[in-house]
Amino acid sequence: MIKIEKLNKKFGKLIVLNQLDLEISSGGVFAILGPNGSGKTTLIKSILGMVIPNSGNIYYNGESILKKWKYRKNVNYLPQIANFPANLSVKELISMVKNLRNEPSNEHHLIELFGLTPFLKQKLGNLSGGTKQKVNIVLTFMFDNELIILDEPTTGLDPIALINLKSLINQARKEGKTILITSHIMSFVEEISDEIVFLLDGKIYFKGSINELKTQTNSSSLEIAIANLIKKQYA
Amino acid sequence: MLKILKYSIQDLLRSRWSYVYFIFYLLLGFVLLFLNNNMDKAIITLMNIIIVLTPLIGTIFGVMYYYNSREFTELLLAQPIKRNKIFIGQYIGISLSLTLSLVLGLGIPFVAYGLFKSAIIFDFVLLLIVGAFLNFIFVALSYNISLSTENKIKGFGYAILMWLFMAVIYDGLFLISLVMFNEYPLEKFALAATMFNPIDLSRILILLKLDISALLGYTGAVFKDFFGTSLGLLSSLGVLFVWVILPALNIVRKANKKDF
Amino acid sequence: MKNLLFSFLFLSTLSFSKTIEVCKTCAINSIQNGIDSASDNDTVLVKHGVYFEDSILFGKNIHLIGENHPVIDAQFKGYALIIEAKSFVLQGFKIINIQQSYTKDYSAVRVLNSTNFVIKDNILENVFFGFMIEKSKWGLISNNKISSNAVEEASSGNGVHLWHCQNMRIEGNHVSGLRDGLYFEFVSHSFISGNTSTNNIRYGLHFMFSNHNEYHHNEFNNNGAGVAVMFSKFIKMHHNTFHYNWGTASYGLLLKEIYDADIHHNLFEQNTIGINIDGCTRIKYEHNFFVRNGWAIKFTGGCYANHFMFNNFLYNSFDLSYNSRLNDNTFNFNYWSEYTGYDLDKDGIGDVPYRPIKLFSYIVNQTPETLILLRSLFVDIINFSEKVSPVFTPDNLLDEKPVMKIIND
Repeated sequence: MIKIEKLNKKFGKLIVLNQLDLEISSGGVFAILGPNGSGKTTLIKSILGMVIPNSGNIYYNGESILKKWKYRKNVNYLPQIANFPANLSVKELISMVKNLRNEPSNEHHLIELFGLTPFLKQKLGNLSGGTKQKVNIVLTFMFDNELIILDEPTTGLDPIALINLKSLINQARKEGKTILITSHIMSFVEEISDEIVFLLDGKIYFKGSINELKTQTNSSSLEIAIANLIKKQYA
Repeated sequence: MLKILKYSIQDLLRSRWSYVYFIFYLLLGFVLLFLNNNMDKAIITLMNIIIVLTPLIGTIFGVMYYYNSREFTELLLAQPIKRNKIFIGQYIGISLSLTLSLVLGLGIPFVAYGLFKSAIIFDFVLLLIVGAFLNFIFVALSYNISLSTENKIKGFGYAILMWLFMAVIYDGLFLISLVMFNEYPLEKFALAATMFNPIDLSRILILLKLDISALLGYTGAVFKDFFGTSLGLLSSLGVLFVWVILPALNIVRKANKKDF
Repeated sequence: MKNLLFSFLFLSTLSFSKTIEVCKTCAINSIQNGIDSASDNDTVLVKHGVYFEDSILFGKNIHLIGENHPVIDAQFKGYALIIEAKSFVLQGFKIINIQQSYTKDYSAVRVLNSTNFVIKDNILENVFFGFMIEKSKWGLISNNKISSNAVEEASSGNGVHLWHCQNMRIEGNHVSGLRDGLYFEFVSHSFISGNTSTNNIRYGLHFMFSNHNEYHHNEFNNNGAGVAVMFSKFIKMHHNTFHYNWGTASYGLLLKEIYDADIHHNLFEQNTIGINIDGCTRIKYEHNFFVRNGWAIKFTGGCYANHFMFNNFLYNSFDLSYNSRLNDNTFNFNYWSEYTGYDLDKDGIGDVPYRPIKLFSYIVNQTPETLILLRSLFVDIINFSEKVSPVFTPDNLLDEKPVMKIIND
């Protein structure tokens, strides 16, 4: 579904993505992991067209997405830090995004699921971090699309919301959707992901299932496996 | 793009700054009219004010809006919308709402004072046209600056410097070079130099209305052709238009390259 | 007996005036014949029609009256009428097509050595000179319309041209499209009033060496160089309007070598220069309006004792330009629209003096191209700093008592 070829991105002198190649097949949950500053968010934003690569190419269903925008109709994105226009209310934001995307949506169910009804008329600037993240999740999951990209979806969530999020992800997987997730919470990753993509120094260092990773690094848990991978970078 | 335009304007209509701006012009109009008791004088004073003030306010608004709506912009960027449309939509949104504040803020007092029955309606329309042009130009310029400056404080600083340069420093350098080289024929240079500064261009449009008697006192043939015929008016308006188009195109160019 | 009767009739023609009719179908069908058959005090009445005649001569003291504006078409063959009568009336004609010449001053009507005459209600079109009056006195020229289509100075003449005349009255004439609308040279004790002089290629009014004259309620618009007044003494000019005289050497009013004049209640509006004052002495300027001129007043030569009082200076690009020494010219009690001072003691007079000369006006004198920076914020700033501490502009050129409100009487 997504194919990335020799992707390069520099911010000033800092090389963030270095000749990165990656292929992600259709269906399943892919966890993109890596130490801080390894280029996870840059990679995701490149796929979304928010970051413009210096060279290389990204294909979505066989077509290059560089300088294109229509493919984003098929992508739901949950940004890392939920920065919303502070002077809009939750309701206005949701209806605005609906209006902009002009697709069918099922926000009512999600609003109820995350208990957001009392907040609908509040300004986004006055919401707590967790509540904002719930709004963020609603905005992401209210459209029915084949690719879902979640950048640190668990930030600030309470346990109930976390369970709800997991069930949403599982349901999406059942529906055959492709889900890209970045997260630092290894238990979360271990629980939901089918495949791990490990980024290091702007390259794919490892791609495979959790078990493969464990075997390769001789580790008993994912957390230790990842720690081992990161240690190699510092070594 | 219309949707973005709509949301930008909606967003601006929520912020108190557009009201502050609107009320400022409203007060200015009323104070000038009812203190002077004379529309002619009020309009001359306004022309002097507008060529300095609208660029300043356009600049500040442009920068402020860009940095304050970054979240909104990022939200939009992840949506299936073309990048150009997001930025051009926002740009037109700010410029339009500023122009709306200007037109209404000045229009209400002047209409209340009997503008439509007076002969200066053309001067007033020219005033609004110049004001609108300056809004569009300086919002575009400040958008260019903020698009290329990540740091908010720095961006603000550069934008104010840009305004100061256009409004004061440029004319200072211009005057000094005219005085220094006054043995040479300077007419064409002088006209060309005004073309490179939108504030000077708008000033020329105002001069054509207020000071034509003085301008025609100059001996040179080039000035005479320029100010004595409609050439001056048309070419100034034309170049002002270019001053809107070029920075706006640059917004598109810059936005297409920028990472968020 | 018969002889007696004849001689009686003959005598009666001498002592009583008679009227001679001229028309195309009359026994007398040319104006010249009509005049020739008239005697002093007779009236020659010319009926409506077109008379192709030129150089019509007369030296008799007659009334030559046109009915319904009969046309005298001189067909570009020199003068239309040459009058050398001591006393005459010329009224109600339309005179057209006077020849241009580079050597002779052909005019529609030429008057020589007359001492008592009236020229009124005539229409002159497409003429070289209009009325050319030489060495005459006690004449009235009124309600004539003179128009032509002058293109260049050398090949065009003046509307009303007076040379060596006294005690004349020029009233209510309209002159347009000539070189100088009204031209006076060596004319004295005359009154020029209620005339309109527009669109002439040089001056609307031009006079030289003409003392003791009074000009009032005239209107001068859109003339190439405005109005020029030179080398004259004891002039009164009042209630005239000077409009829209635009151009490099264009003035509302040019005063050159004028002594002892009174200039009051005039309106100078939208001229490149309102009044250009060159070498003038003992002149009072009072109650004039200077509105939206490029320069309201420009001093160019050595001027003494020019006193400006109770004038209104409204929205001029520059109020004053001075490139000679200040001498003893004064400004007092004028209204300046640019004045920003205050009047705390409420006596109607500003508490801070007004400086009518700005630094920028000095710069424009040196480098005229800088004019393009008029109304720039930078220019305002340097003007302001110069106002605070004058360096380039004379620091004693002030209106010590600027009036706070427009002076309307």
